Order: sequence, then structure tokens, then C-alpha cells
Amino acid sequence: MGSSANQDNVASLATDFYSLLESFKETPFYHLLFEIFLVLTVLWLILFRKPRRIEKKLTEKEKQELIDEWQPEPLVPPVDANHPALNVRVLDGIVGKTIEIDGKKSLNFATFNFLNFVGNPRIADKAIQAVQKYGVGSCGPRGFYGTIDIHLELEERLAHFFNCEEGIIYSYGFSTVASIIPAYSKRNDILFVDEGVHYAIQKGVEASRSTVKWFRHNDISDLERLLAEQDIHDKKNPKKARTLRRFLIIEGLYMNYGDLCPLPRMVELKYQYKYRIFMDESVSFGTIGQTGRGVTEYYNIDRRKIDLISSSLEYSVGSIGGFAVGSSFVVDHQRLSAQGYCFSASLPPLLAAAAIEALNIMEEKDTTLCDTLMEKSKRLHRKLLDIKGYLIVGEDISPLKHLRLTNSQNTVARLEEIVEFAQTRGITITVARYLNDEHHLPEPSIRLILNVEMTDEELEFLCTVLQEARVKVTV
Amino acid sequence: MSNYQTNKPRDDNNRTSDHRNHEEFEETPTWAAVVTVLGYAILSALGWLRDFLRHIGLEEKRTAHDPNPKDFVPLYQSYECFYTRNLYTRIRDVFNQPIASVAGAKVHVMERVSDDYNWTFKFSGKKIPSINLGSYNYLGFAENQGPCSEQAIKSIETYAVTTCSTRHELGHQRYMKELESLMAEYLNVEDCMAFGMGFATNALNIPTLAGKGDLILSDKLNHVSLILGARLSGATIRTFNHNDMKDLEAHLRKAIISGQPRTCRPWKKILIIVEGVYSMEGSLCKLPEIIELKKKYKAYLYVDEAHSIGAIGSRGRGVVDYWKVDPNDIEIHMGTFTKSFGSAGGYIAGKKNIIDYIRVSSHSACYSSSMSAPIVHQIISALSIIMGRDGTNDGQKRIQQLACNVRYFRRQLVDMGFIVYGNDNSPVVPVMIFMPAKIAAVNREMLKRGCAVVTVGFPATLLTESRVRFCISAGHTKEMLNHALKAMDEVGHLVSLRYSKKNPHRRWIELDHADYDKEYTS
Repeated sequence: MGSSANQDNVASLATDFYSLLESFKETPFYHLLFEIFLVLTVLWLILFRKPRRIEKKLTEKEKQELIDEWQPEPLVPPVDANHPALNVRVLDGIVGKTIEIDGKKSLNFATFNFLNFVGNPRIADKAIQAVQKYGVGSCGPRGFYGTIDIHLELEERLAHFFNCEEGIIYSYGFSTVASIIPAYSKRNDILFVDEGVHYAIQKGVEASRSTVKWFRHNDISDLERLLAEQDIHDKKNPKKARTLRRFLIIEGLYMNYGDLCPLPRMVELKYQYKYRIFMDESVSFGTIGQTGRGVTEYYNIDRRKIDLISSSLEYSVGSIGGFAVGSSFVVDHQRLSAQGYCFSASLPPLLAAAAIEALNIMEEKDTTLCDTLMEKSKRLHRKLLDIKGYLIVGEDISPLKHLRLTNSQNTVARLEEIVEFAQTRGITITVARYLNDEHHLPEPSIRLILNVEMTDEELEFLCTVLQEARVKVTV
Repeated sequence: MSNYQTNKPRDDNNRTSDHRNHEEFEETPTWAAVVTVLGYAILSALGWLRDFLRHIGLEEKRTAHDPNPKDFVPLYQSYECFYTRNLYTRIRDVFNQPIASVAGAKVHVMERVSDDYNWTFKFSGKKIPSINLGSYNYLGFAENQGPCSEQAIKSIETYAVTTCSTRHELGHQRYMKELESLMAEYLNVEDCMAFGMGFATNALNIPTLAGKGDLILSDKLNHVSLILGARLSGATIRTFNHNDMKDLEAHLRKAIISGQPRTCRPWKKILIIVEGVYSMEGSLCKLPEIIELKKKYKAYLYVDEAHSIGAIGSRGRGVVDYWKVDPNDIEIHMGTFTKSFGSAGGYIAGKKNIIDYIRVSSHSACYSSSMSAPIVHQIISALSIIMGRDGTNDGQKRIQQLACNVRYFRRQLVDMGFIVYGNDNSPVVPVMIFMPAKIAAVNREMLKRGCAVVTVGFPATLLTESRVRFCISAGHTKEMLNHALKAMDEVGHLVSLRYSKKNPHRRWIELDHADYDKEYTS
């Protein structure tokens, strides 16, 4: 009975279903399409549509509340009144081989006066003559009547000194290399930079917005690794590689470490991996090489293989400003693209005159100045190695050396004590100062700088004082 | 774009000054703009033709060659140097003109000749004596004689030319303290710090004041050094339309309400950077309104007075003096010593805690050589004269002479029918010339008549807004200015520079000179 009722149900269902299908056949085509479209729309609404956020606009009252509530941070954080920069030693008089602080004279091993040109009477005379002819300031940028004949003379003399095609001068040492790098290297270009470069180069690299690859200080194998990696990358995309410029940024003699760069190997790699070398010789100009022409002279490398040599006039030359020398192809570009050159007042003529006279003296003295300096550096290095408890960082021929305490005793506080003690004994030295945002902050050290006019007795005295200081401080 | 100021400058007794504070930028005539663009189009087309000829070898390639092997990536892209090769070189002789004397009111320009269309130059040996309308010498301190240069010479004998050390180490001479305290007194602020280069003062100190999470609101026409400093700081930079206070307020409101982009966190601080006098426009910043906005929205203000210190204001103390605002309302006063003091370098001044922080963290103080002694003594000497400390009123006389010279020169140029931009009291006087070929024509013709002027075009200015920019000095006498005006009158007639639609076009002889002479007697 049930089964027959079920069978009837099934049969009626089947009939209903069949008649439904038949009615589908009879409906017009557009009707079917419309129905299918509606079904699909419903499916889409259910499955795919995201709920739209209703944007609430702020009322004027709310905006005003936000403005009233906002509290800015103070413009500058508080500063410790005992910070060394706020308690620097005040000087009087000429800061030459000897220095006067608080009425007492002491031997100066702290300023970058390698060739003792500070206070040189010939340089002072030429500077005075320049003031009598040109006044003090140059009153304009190079493009607008700020180019004085003495600037052109200095540029020619520098180019001639380095046996390069062209030279260009800047009015500030820091701005020199910081303007040069962004003038050539733009976004997407690749810079291979040594980690130990000084701050101005770091700022130049930052301003360029290029891709930077840092390699460990003076570690050629690390550089080769980076170059090989880049090479693999290039082979995957040769079209793009053809538009990316590459530069190697190094220093001749590193200010933060006192050691020379391995230039011969870097020049070999240049022709293998096709990059350009920009070398900063701020410290090595006037101090390295038989006639002071820098690291290229020391290693006997053709200067034309280095694309650009930049340097500062603020160290050996005893003036202010900076310069770059190289081929006309490279140097001329800076006259329109280097911001520190185009948009800044030019170098005061008296400083250019001082630099020219310093170059004159260097050329007259030929090898005697630098040979003497390198000899004395070597002697000082040997004497310093004999003192127990110090770690000497730097090449033996470098007139710039970093002194650290051995073991874990190397702190700024202890080094400052040594400096204070030395001052009481008539020796002026200084702890090397850095800002905290250096890319690779060097360890604390005393930066010792050798003046070419120092006698052997004075060097002995320095070592004696350093020894006594060491004993006093670590007791 | 015409801009009429309603705030009036005040004199020493805080009364509204008699001298009107009028600033105007007459609109470029449409036909001039069209001809200018056409000019650049023709030059570019010629440039492409020449490049093509060089490429196929019909014309010699004059640019220097890369000493490296050919498979190195080219150092310069060809299109980057298109402008230099084809447009700039044609008129290269009017830029970078060397001089052979002090850059004072009169100057000797060294004549250069070129027999290969400006690719190379040779000096003919001749020196052209000219009136110097191009150097920044507002108070006339660019002198090679007088008390300032004597002080500078004495200081070379006492202190030598340099210290070879940084301010953090052994570069802090006693004269630096003297300079900084004198400058702080001059500006009526708590403390001041001086640096060796004006450009570096901005580029190396703004990064210490602002950083990630801060907002810098910078005027569209700010100097390159301010833009570089802002970029290096890592802060977010937004520009507002030049001297447009409504736009600045809109930016401030938006910034505080919306917060940082993407995260919507509130900004840590907002720094507004403006200049006192804009060196290409000759306009002054609207300081009272900016200070009002800054107080309302709790922002900080940085004013770069490179061109205004010494040159603006009844006592020569810059825009702060001109508008008679309280110096303590501005957080950072910045300026340079190059323009009005005849020296070199820059300074930052403000409250002691801010300056202490800059002493500790400035890139320049830690890594750059300290200032040279003769440079510092020139500034100290010039300051003493301006402040009247030397016992004479030479300083005040110079300031007044400059103000008279500026009004005398500007009024006559405007009345002759030239379009002169900027504020009536600004010593920077830009006169519009628009067309690229006229940039060279004006410069060369003025030099022939014994006036050394500065003409600028693209890219230092907008494409259609080339101009000749006069810098008036207190060292200019009335006769020198008359000579310059006569020369400008002739050149304006020759080259057709009278564009103004508001003022009638007149020749110099047609002007009523007695009326202008009153500027010197009133």
C-alpha cells in the first residue's frame, strides 16, 4: 500500500518535473537568458562582493579637536651640559707645531697640519696680498661673477701638479666629496663603498640615492664577492645592466683607520668588472708618495686609470676648501651638476692664494718634505710599538695613527683621561670625534697626527708621556 | 599672478612705515609665452639635427672623450646632456665670467674670446671695467681697503689662515666665541653658531633638526641647499605654493588631521621652512602671517635669511626687523655672511637649548675645519660697523643708501615699462626677458655698455620666465645707477624688453628725474 502511494508520488513528481522541462522548451530564448543572468547575479552577490565601507567624514568640530589635541615633540631633545662638544678647549694664536691653550704652550699632535703650513710666513704674505687686491669674500657663486682669476690659476696648478687634464675647486672640504658623488651616481646606479670611509663620503652616498653595497674595510675578497654577485645578476638581465653605472668609492689613506687602500688590485678589478673608481685623497695628498702626489704615486699607478681623485685643501695644504682632478670628460660635468659648486659662493680669494703658495712650496721642496714625513712616521710607529698597553692602528708610513688601549679597557672616558694628562705635561692630543649615526662607527681611539717639523726628541717626549699616561690611567 | 600685500612694514616706533610694502608679479603676456616656447622648440629641433649630423659623422664631436674602454657603461646618458650640448653651449660665454678685481661696486671683467662657438675660450688679456650689478654685495663691504680688510690682514698675522681642526676637537678659537655672541646680540636672540659655508649650514644642519616621522613644509621656491638638507633628513617633505598662506594653512590642517601617510600616526613635529628674500623672485616672505599660522598649529619655523640679513629692515636686521616681529617667535634663524658682510660662511641662531643641540650634533662642527681667521674678522668688523660700535654712523648710512638705491632703481625700471618682479624694498631686482635668445643678447649688450649683469634662464627658472637679475649695492652711487638705467633703456629698446601692460612704455629721457631724486633727500 505504502509503496504504491510512494510510487504514485514519484510518478507525479516525475510528471511535474517533465512538464517543467517541457515549459522550459516553450519559453522564449530571451526569457531564459534573463533568468540565467539573474541567477548568476545572485551567486555573485553572495560569493564575491565585498561589503563597502561607509566612509564617515569628519565634522568640523572633530577636525578642530584633532588640531587642538595634537602635541608636537620638542624641536630638539635635551642635551647633556657635560658633553665634550660643549666643553671644548679654547685656543689663542696660531695652531701650528705648538699650540696655546689657557696661556700655556704645548706640542701639537692633534691637528691635521702634516706639512706645518699653518703659520708659514710665505703663505701668510700671499694671503695678505690677496686681501689687498680682492678683499675677503668673493660675493657670488661661480656662475655669477664669483669666478676670480685666482680660482682659475689654482685649478690649473692642481691639474698640473697631478698631471691630469682638469681640476675644479670647492669652497668647503666636506661639501666636495658630498657633492661629487650625487653628481654622477643617480638612483639605480650601483656604488661599491668601503665601510671605513669618512662621514662626508657617507653623506654623499646617501644623497645620491643609489644602490649601495658596503664591503668590509680593505677586504678585497669581500669586494670580489660583491662584484661576482652583481655580475651574475647582470647576466640575467643584460639590457638593464647596460644602463647601470657602477662606481667604487674608496679613500687613499683612510682617516678613520690610517691604512692604505689596496689600489693595484682594485685597478685590476676595475677593468675586469667595468666600474669607475672615485678615490678620496684628503689625507694622502701631500703625505704619501715621494712628492706628495698621493697613493697613485706610492704604488706607481698611472693616474689616468683613476676616474676622479677628490681631496681637501684643509689638511696638508693648510687652507680651506676642496678640489677634484681627473680627465676633462669627468671633471667638466661637475660645473653644471655638482650642487656644492653651482649653488654656493666660491672660495674666498685669500684662501685660494694660500693654497697656490702651499703648492709652490711643495713643488720647490720636491721630495724632501714627504720623504722626511714618511721617515718620521716610520720612526714614530716603531717607538709607539715599544710602548706596552697600546694598540697602534695604521700603516707605518702614515702620519695619521689611531691609538687604542688594549684588552677591554678601550673606552672614551679612559682615553679622555690620557688626553687630559698629556695636556698637563705639554702635549696636545685629541680623542677622535664621531657622530653616532656613522655607518660603521669606529672604535674609540686617540688620533695622533705627525707634523713634519717634529724633532726626534719631541717624538721621544710624546712616547714618554703616553707611557706615563697609560700607567696612570689603568692603575 | 598679481599679489598685493596688505600688511605694512613698521618703523622703529612700531608705526606703519611710510614706504609702501608692495609686491607684484605681473602676468606673462600670452604672446611672449608663445614666442618663448616656440623659440625653445626651434632650438631643440636644431639641436636634434646637429646631434644627428654628429652621429653620422658630418659634424665634429666636440665633447670630451671617455678615457675608459668602450665596453664600460656610459657615464652620461646622451639625453641628459642634450641641453648642455645644444642650448647651453651656444650662450656659454655669458655665464661663469671671470673677474680680475675685488667684486665691489665696480669690477673688471676678463674678456674671453672663442673662435669655435663657445666650445673653448681664450683670454684676450683685456679687462672690461664695468658696474657690478651681479655680485651679492648689498651693504658694499666687498672692499679691499678700509677697516674690515685691515682687521682681516691683522688676523692672518695673529692666527694664520686656518686651524686644520674641527670645532669638536681643536678648532675652537676665542674669536669664534666673539663672533657668535656678537651675532646673537645683532639678531636679538639667545645664542648663535657660525659655520664655514652657507650652503653646508642648511644641508648639514636640517638633518639634525628633522628626521623620520617629521613633516617639513617647504616653500616651492626654496633654495637648493634647503631642499638637499630636507631630503637628507629623511623627513616627509611637502611643498606649498610660493608665499601662499591659504595653501600653507590647508597643508597644516591636512597634516594634523590625517597624520602620517599609510599608518595615520600623528606627526612627531612639523617644520616650516621659508626664506626671507627669495633670490630669483625678489619677494619677501609674509612673516607675520606665517608666525600666526605656526602658533595656531604648533609648528616650528626655520627662516633662511641668506639674502635679507643686512639688506632688509630699517636697522639691517633682516625680515624680522622689517616686519617688527618678535625674534623669539622664530625657532631657527639662519643666514649667510657672504652677501651683506662681504665674507663667507653661514650661521644658525635661536634659543640656547636649540643651539647647544646643534653644537653637539652638527655634521659640520664634528667633521669640517673651523672657520678661517680673516673670514671671521671681516664679519666681526662689518658687524661692528653696522651696529655702530665703531663710533661712526657708517653702518646706518650704508643701510639707508641701499634702501634709497633700491627704490630709485626699481621705480624707474617699472616706469619705463619693464616687468619687474618682487617687493619694492628688495635689493634683488629681477626684470623679465622671457625669450632664450635675449638671455645672451641682454648680457652681451649690457657688458658692451659697461654693466656686468646676471641673466638666468631654464633650468634655474621656469621655461618661460627667463630674467635679468640686478643686485643693488650700497656701494653704487647715483651716477652708477643712472649709467645702468641708461644702458638698460637702450638695451630694452634694442632687444624689445618692455612687456608691461600695466605701465606705459617710456624711454629714460621721458621720465621726470626730479621726482626720483627725492628718494635720496627724503
